[in-house]
Amino acid sequence: MKALMFGWEFPPHILGGLGTASYGLTRGMHNCGGMEISFVIPKPYGDEDRTFAQIIGASETPVAWRDVSREYVQSCIGKVMEPDLYFDLRSHIYADFNYMRLNDLGCIEFSGRYPDNLLEEINNYSIVAGVIARTIPCDVIHSHDWLTYPAGIHAKEVTGKPLVIHVHATDFDRSRGSVNPTVFEIEKNGMEYADHIITVSDLTRQTVIEKYGIPPDKVTTVHNAVVPLSEDLLSIPKPDNKDKVVTFLGRITMQKGPEYFVEAAAKVLKKNHNVRFVMAGSGDMMNKMIALAAKRGIADRFHFTGFLRGRQVYEMLKASDVYIMPSVSEPFGISPLEAMQMGVPSIISKQSGCAEILQNVIKTDYWDIDAMADAIHSIISYPAMYETLKQQGMEELKGITWEKAGQKVIDIYRRVTGF
Amino acid sequence: MKSVCFYFQIHQPYRLKKYRFFDIGNDHYYYDDFANDDIITHIAERSYIPMAHTLLQMIEQSNGEFRCAISITGTAVEQLQQYVPEFIELLKKLAKTGCVEFLSETYSHSLAALTEPYEFIRQVRAHDKLIHELFGQEPKIFRNTELIYDDEIASIISAMGFKGALTEGAKHILGWKSPDFMYCAASAPKLKLLLKNDKLSDAISRNFSNSEWDEYPLTADKYMEWIAALPEDHQIINIFLSMETFGEFQPGESGIFEFMKALPHFAAEKGISFITPSDAVLKLKPVDSLSVPYPMSWADEARDVSAWKGNNLQKEALAKLYSVTERVNLCSDRRLKQDWEYLQSSDHFFYMSTKNLADGTVHASFSPYESPYSAFTNYMNVLADFLVRVEEQYPIDIENEELNSLILTIRNQAQEIETLNKEVKQLRNNILEADDDENEPRHSKTKKVKDTRNYKKKTTIR
Repeated sequence: MKALMFGWEFPPHILGGLGTASYGLTRGMHNCGGMEISFVIPKPYGDEDRTFAQIIGASETPVAWRDVSREYVQSCIGKVMEPDLYFDLRSHIYADFNYMRLNDLGCIEFSGRYPDNLLEEINNYSIVAGVIARTIPCDVIHSHDWLTYPAGIHAKEVTGKPLVIHVHATDFDRSRGSVNPTVFEIEKNGMEYADHIITVSDLTRQTVIEKYGIPPDKVTTVHNAVVPLSEDLLSIPKPDNKDKVVTFLGRITMQKGPEYFVEAAAKVLKKNHNVRFVMAGSGDMMNKMIALAAKRGIADRFHFTGFLRGRQVYEMLKASDVYIMPSVSEPFGISPLEAMQMGVPSIISKQSGCAEILQNVIKTDYWDIDAMADAIHSIISYPAMYETLKQQGMEELKGITWEKAGQKVIDIYRRVTGF
Repeated sequence: MKSVCFYFQIHQPYRLKKYRFFDIGNDHYYYDDFANDDIITHIAERSYIPMAHTLLQMIEQSNGEFRCAISITGTAVEQLQQYVPEFIELLKKLAKTGCVEFLSETYSHSLAALTEPYEFIRQVRAHDKLIHELFGQEPKIFRNTELIYDDEIASIISAMGFKGALTEGAKHILGWKSPDFMYCAASAPKLKLLLKNDKLSDAISRNFSNSEWDEYPLTADKYMEWIAALPEDHQIINIFLSMETFGEFQPGESGIFEFMKALPHFAAEKGISFITPSDAVLKLKPVDSLSVPYPMSWADEARDVSAWKGNNLQKEALAKLYSVTERVNLCSDRRLKQDWEYLQSSDHFFYMSTKNLADGTVHASFSPYESPYSAFTNYMNVLADFLVRVEEQYPIDIENEELNSLILTIRNQAQEIETLNKEVKQLRNNILEADDDENEPRHSKTKKVKDTRNYKKKTTIR
């Protein structure tokens, strides 16, 4: 079966969990066999893993005819796209887009990030999707998150093939309730056009049904999973800390509940002084958190690292004794799974989707700082607690694979295509 | 002639309240009074009380032919006395019929038998004293917490003077043997063993209202038919059940009480009698001895002690708890001793089990906690406070032996002071009497003065 997927991020150039999930799922589906996947992203860099999917860059797809030589195409975009594909795409241009700002290959520029003119970029992406859908044969179309829903809808209209949309998050999660009406409209439109909707947790499924008014039988939950970590990362040595380290790792935004972490830290430090707390990441609430830590008088034990990338993330995890994710609303939340893979006992909020599948973690309400502080204290004070969570957690994670998730998605494809 | 031995277990632990680590050292009350009250009242209403009435009726209608055994833990008795005293009255009534035998066990349904023989003996004696006070019976037959049993436990209880014990007829111990005979302990041949018949016990406790079971519905007639159909030489069929089975696991609407009420009639029809463990031990000769090197129990699929000692959380909690056994027994603080009993209930450790599948579901259904990890955290917080209190009594840097000798000295001195006091008093009296003889009229005044002095002196000594 051939699937045409639209995504926004792809490792190694990722900004959040969306890229990691898209990558893992695609790989898992490929490993299940019988799938041919073309994955469209706004802007590839050429260092993406292409062994299990064909990566197509929107920024290399022409929307207006340019008379260029093969050598020129090769020299411009050769490292991210085959010239043959370029010419193939060029012969499927469906309208005159010369009024737009295009480069000398007739392509629209994409940032591939979340710029201020995001809505314009989303619109451009859907224009490009029209060309790609006319060129790449497929049986099913799969859109990852709201940014790509318009592209998916366009592709469905061009090809008449069924559309599956994958809800990694909704605007209700990102905004703690104060929803952006434009985003909501795009999301709702995508959900209504879709033949089937995949959500990453039952929590998100419930939001889709209740807030967007989608019939329940059209929505299926496929929980995320993790890619097994490489030996290289697993063998990072654990530094010999004198103090215990409790880590928060993620964007420091309202959605992630960072203030609850600071409050819980203050509670723990009142009783137990040999602990350090680390808030790794960056975000619009970072300065507020620095001020809060100072106000609680724990700044000497509360540290901010700024944004961590790549290997740094795993080094931070390895140095941690407890990982905590107090998210107010987390559609899934892959990071605790990664922490558990690294052997770090984790505390997660009940309001995160991953709480639905994880057993060997501590679950508390995001607002229950007493329970959170208690859990932190328990893990750092009782060796049996630490060891059991660590061992059973690592064991549990071995059973959570993208292949299982991929198979569920393939089953949904079968249902909507009638294969 | 075949005999059926029914035995019912009653136990409720003191469930702990939510106890955060910042309560350690500040709050010394550990129990969730609301939950404990709620649970025991609910279970008593649905199960214990109707079952006691059922048993009374069965005994009455069969003219004392129906007999059975009951055991009840100290923690259950205390809660029932507080919240449902009418049930204790019903138990007394049952005891008076002479058809119900009360068995011995540990006071708080503890796991002391596995690690702390002296503590174990103390608890059993404390429990039996309570039973004697309430029901006027000296228990002669022993059943351990969750029917936990091995050779070592057999030696201990036999030495304590028990004539018999109840335990599980675990397949991995029995092999081809049948539980329907009297056995004796390999390590203590005088101790007779009654083994639970798993199949017939489960028929009531697990399957009675299970409409997918191929024998559903189970009637008293059919049940007695099965027992009658067992080979002629099977002496005793042991049906050991938790009393909550009736009305709680199997709801009253399923007809479980009516099923019980009908049993004596069909038993009489088929020539089957009922017997108490004591009578069985007296009447029946053991056919073989059983060696049980590793402890077995009636819990979980494995029928061993992994339900309470299976993972590191449980082992750590138990080790920390029993690290202060000697110290707690040395001290005389009543509240500390009370908490010591309550914290030992095996239930606390049962909640910490991380088993999966069917066993895990059973553990979770009993647990007041969301996960084994929160069970552990809460228990350890409480235990930490308890240990702080023990340490306040006796500083940790004093060795147990040194402490022992110090306490002995103090006790000896106390005795000495008492005898000296007596002597002083006697001498004074002698003087008084001498005074009285000399000076009759001033009698009352002098005495008063001397009395106060005497009192003062006593207080300074203390």
